[in-house]
Amino acid sequence: MNDLVTMTASQLSALMASGQTSAREVTEAHLAQIAAIEADVAAFLSVDSAGARRQADAVDARRAAGDALGPLAGVPIAVKDIFAYRGLPTTCGSKMLDGWMSPYDATVVKRTLDAGMVVVGKTNMDEFAMGSSTENSGYQTTHNPWDLDRVPGGSGGGSAAALAAFEAPLALGTDTGGSIRQPASVTGTVGVKPTYGGNSRYGVVAMASSLDTPGPCARTVLDAALLHEAISGWDPMDSTSINRPVPPVVEAARRADVKGLRLGVVKEFAGEGYQPGVMRRFEEALVALEGMGAQLVEVSCPHFAYALGAYYLIMPSEVSSNLARFDAMRYGVRVGDDGARDVEEVTALSREAGFGDEVKRRIIIGTYALSAGYYDAYYGSAQKVRTLIKRDFEAAFAQADALVSPTSPTTAWRLGERVDDPLAMYRADLCTIPSNLAGNAAISVPCGLSPDDDLPVGFQIMAPPLADDRLYLVAAALEGALDDARGGPLLAKLRSSVTGVKQPTLARQILDLAKEVEA
Amino acid sequence: MSEPLMDYDEAMERYDPVLGLEVHVELSTATKMFCACSNQFGDEPNTNTCPVCLGLPGALPVVNGSAVEAAIRIGLALNCQIAQWCRFARKNYFYPDMTKNFQTSQYDEPIAFDGSVEVELDGRPFAVPIERAHMEEDAGKLTHFGLSGRIQDADYSLIDYNRAGTPLIEIVTKPVFGAGADAPRVARAYVAMLRDLMKALGVSDVRMEQGSLRCDANVSLMPKGSVELGTRTETKNVNSLRSIERALTYEIRRQAAVLASGGKVRQETRHWHEEGFTSPGRSKEEAEDYRYFPEPDLPPVAPSREWVEQLRATLPEPPAERRKRLAAEWGFSALEMRDVVNADALDLVAETVEAGAGPQAARKWWMTDLARRANEAGVELAEVGVSPAQVAQLQELVEEGVVNDSLARKVLDGVVAGEGDPRQVVEARGLAVVSNDAVLEEAVEKAVAANADAAQKVRDGKQQAMGAIIGAVMRELGGKADAAKVRELIVKRL
Repeated sequence: MNDLVTMTASQLSALMASGQTSAREVTEAHLAQIAAIEADVAAFLSVDSAGARRQADAVDARRAAGDALGPLAGVPIAVKDIFAYRGLPTTCGSKMLDGWMSPYDATVVKRTLDAGMVVVGKTNMDEFAMGSSTENSGYQTTHNPWDLDRVPGGSGGGSAAALAAFEAPLALGTDTGGSIRQPASVTGTVGVKPTYGGNSRYGVVAMASSLDTPGPCARTVLDAALLHEAISGWDPMDSTSINRPVPPVVEAARRADVKGLRLGVVKEFAGEGYQPGVMRRFEEALVALEGMGAQLVEVSCPHFAYALGAYYLIMPSEVSSNLARFDAMRYGVRVGDDGARDVEEVTALSREAGFGDEVKRRIIIGTYALSAGYYDAYYGSAQKVRTLIKRDFEAAFAQADALVSPTSPTTAWRLGERVDDPLAMYRADLCTIPSNLAGNAAISVPCGLSPDDDLPVGFQIMAPPLADDRLYLVAAALEGALDDARGGPLLAKLRSSVTGVKQPTLARQILDLAKEVEA
Repeated sequence: MSEPLMDYDEAMERYDPVLGLEVHVELSTATKMFCACSNQFGDEPNTNTCPVCLGLPGALPVVNGSAVEAAIRIGLALNCQIAQWCRFARKNYFYPDMTKNFQTSQYDEPIAFDGSVEVELDGRPFAVPIERAHMEEDAGKLTHFGLSGRIQDADYSLIDYNRAGTPLIEIVTKPVFGAGADAPRVARAYVAMLRDLMKALGVSDVRMEQGSLRCDANVSLMPKGSVELGTRTETKNVNSLRSIERALTYEIRRQAAVLASGGKVRQETRHWHEEGFTSPGRSKEEAEDYRYFPEPDLPPVAPSREWVEQLRATLPEPPAERRKRLAAEWGFSALEMRDVVNADALDLVAETVEAGAGPQAARKWWMTDLARRANEAGVELAEVGVSPAQVAQLQELVEEGVVNDSLARKVLDGVVAGEGDPRQVVEARGLAVVSNDAVLEEAVEKAVAANADAAQKVRDGKQQAMGAIIGAVMRELGGKADAAKVRELIVKRL
């Protein structure tokens, strides 16, 4: 039953509902896939075979008892290690939390479990979600299944790689500056940053509270919508969550209609630094959308030029405060506690040992930006820029129902290529950050392989706050058109595009899978 | 430990003290400020905790609506403006009693600001201007084990996070000028007034010894005639009304001595010791930069004007008006009322009257016998170990003739010793007056026989001689006789 792992969540759901397969079989297939290729992809920080089997059996038992089950019951899901989950350690990719077992479940994880989904494991990420390549993980390097020498994006590279390597059909991510969308873009998968406040942050280890947004990761737009609907909605435990009905995202994904929709092409997201192959696929996608009846308008968002700067003041400021709790007193690593050192020394030594370079860099920047005498110039100015960016969006949304751009200026880069150049790394999030600053909704959907390197390109759609359904209308329409033109899903292309694969086991596995997808 | 001090009167001739008082009030809400944990004092350590108040990764705060309501009512009672819109802020600093290493507080947008309250000193009103009242959370409670019980020489420390997240209201005065030599007493009267106000509002237990009302006392000195503020010190650990007055008196004398010798007062935190001195703590020159910024995990608090007006209607009678009303109801003279207020006995007298005693009798008990006991024990009047209800019962026993004044004092000894209510003490100690005529007559007979001289003098009309015979009767009966009744019997016998 190896083909179970190439199916989408909605296909699996239908098979399970009609009794053609069971949650246990589906889970076994994915556990086998993980066992077979995880050594090459390294998407997971922990895998819970026993727990997954138990959850799957429980779903099968409920189905046998005639219980009403949700559409995703029995579907395996990979959970980014940023979410508190009692079943496995929650490390957030940091040595600081090595082995930490949360005594509670994040709201989003709880909803996943309540919906009957089967948690197969926790996925790798940049430490505390700080990075765009997952190379900042305190534990391991995750490889992009399209080319094992390349990054899977970040910070949610583990979740994206797990989807692309068919280790799970669904995954949970969080997006603070692009951590769901950019990995989706470079792995040929779908990633959604919902409206800020649409999904509960309770139990999400905080990076930047005013920006962090949990969201769904999947291989298809419809699957993303199904997961979106399952995890979203008001949570009394998160005071910033919005007490409004979840937008009709599944219905929109099924309707997949752009007729009469005004799509604003953001003028500023082009030019220097944008890979020509990325722009070519982006423009072709625009033509496809126009062909389906969408109306293209050019919009200008002049303050987006300052988004990266504002982001790298606001985010580290919140980071410096949010990460203060890791002081080795109550949980996590403790270093140097020899009975002679005092509290401050032990805290300092533990933070020195537990945090990686990028985390320390951001704590230092944030501490500086919030300091007396610098606050107004840095944090204060950044907040003003944030307001200007919100206004740019409002003006643009007066002209267009949704905005579009490439998700990231380039395709996946080589492992190690940007490790010593943080600014180059930060530029990967140029197109995604404005939506975090404004709190609106955005999606990345694959729009083909870049002709210059045969690597996936992501197409970003942005919608006003609480209009998440528009993302799905456009993304599903584009996905449908491109699949039709291509004769199958993009991931089926893995065969012809995998280059420089070192590990023959992985190549063989993925090529076999790709063949099945094509069939 | 004592530093050079200037005589207080001399200090007052040369300097004007300027006060600044920061009072923290722990709210007695059912749950904590930002989570659903119980806000009960005195439970087993670390039992009232959850991911939120333990600051676990991923946990988020939710504002307690009852705490916001209490904050607004306190603000209104302090005649403050209530913010139309305000935010919480994070105060960032590392300390092991803080689970998140930041305190969720309010910074430049307090819920209440710009108020003023009146305190009464020797019957005269004195206005204390209020800068702000804001909401915040308490930290956990550290207990240090070592030589002194202080952190400096602790071998180890234990933390109880039950207190972490307890709702606090911090009430800050503007600089208080013009109190002169009365400054320490003004401070004391202000805190006593706040305590009574909080009790009347029903928002806090306001028990200073349990830390549910804490005061940091700032004071600086200005040379007479100067308009420039001096450097202030902030004295912490002042855990009673007495300590506030004593600590400020000490600081004024110490600062005056420093200034008079040509020195400079260091801006620092000082620690009050009940032995009667302050010692330097953290210097404010190396003060931390708290890097305040708006709390991103909480939406702004925007109380509607309708709600604020509804809350205003729930306010208790203002203290000054209450004093006026009670003085009239009780028929107290201005002087009597002033003494009661100064002795911090107003609520105690009121509760004693409510329990059935006459106002003058209630006043007499609290202002004489009980005041002396409190003074001797060095405790607040309310902590003397006798409740208003017990005082009322004792007065009832006196009026019923069950005990006389001297027996009543012995009854109080028993109540203070924890032997129960006055009636139980009378029973247990056998303190009721002897009312059996036969027993009394026998004692009188004996006393007259033993004091023949005195008896003769009485017969000769020298009433002063009666005392010796009464005294002998009392000795015979162990003091348990009604003196008037004894006198009556002696007259009859002679």
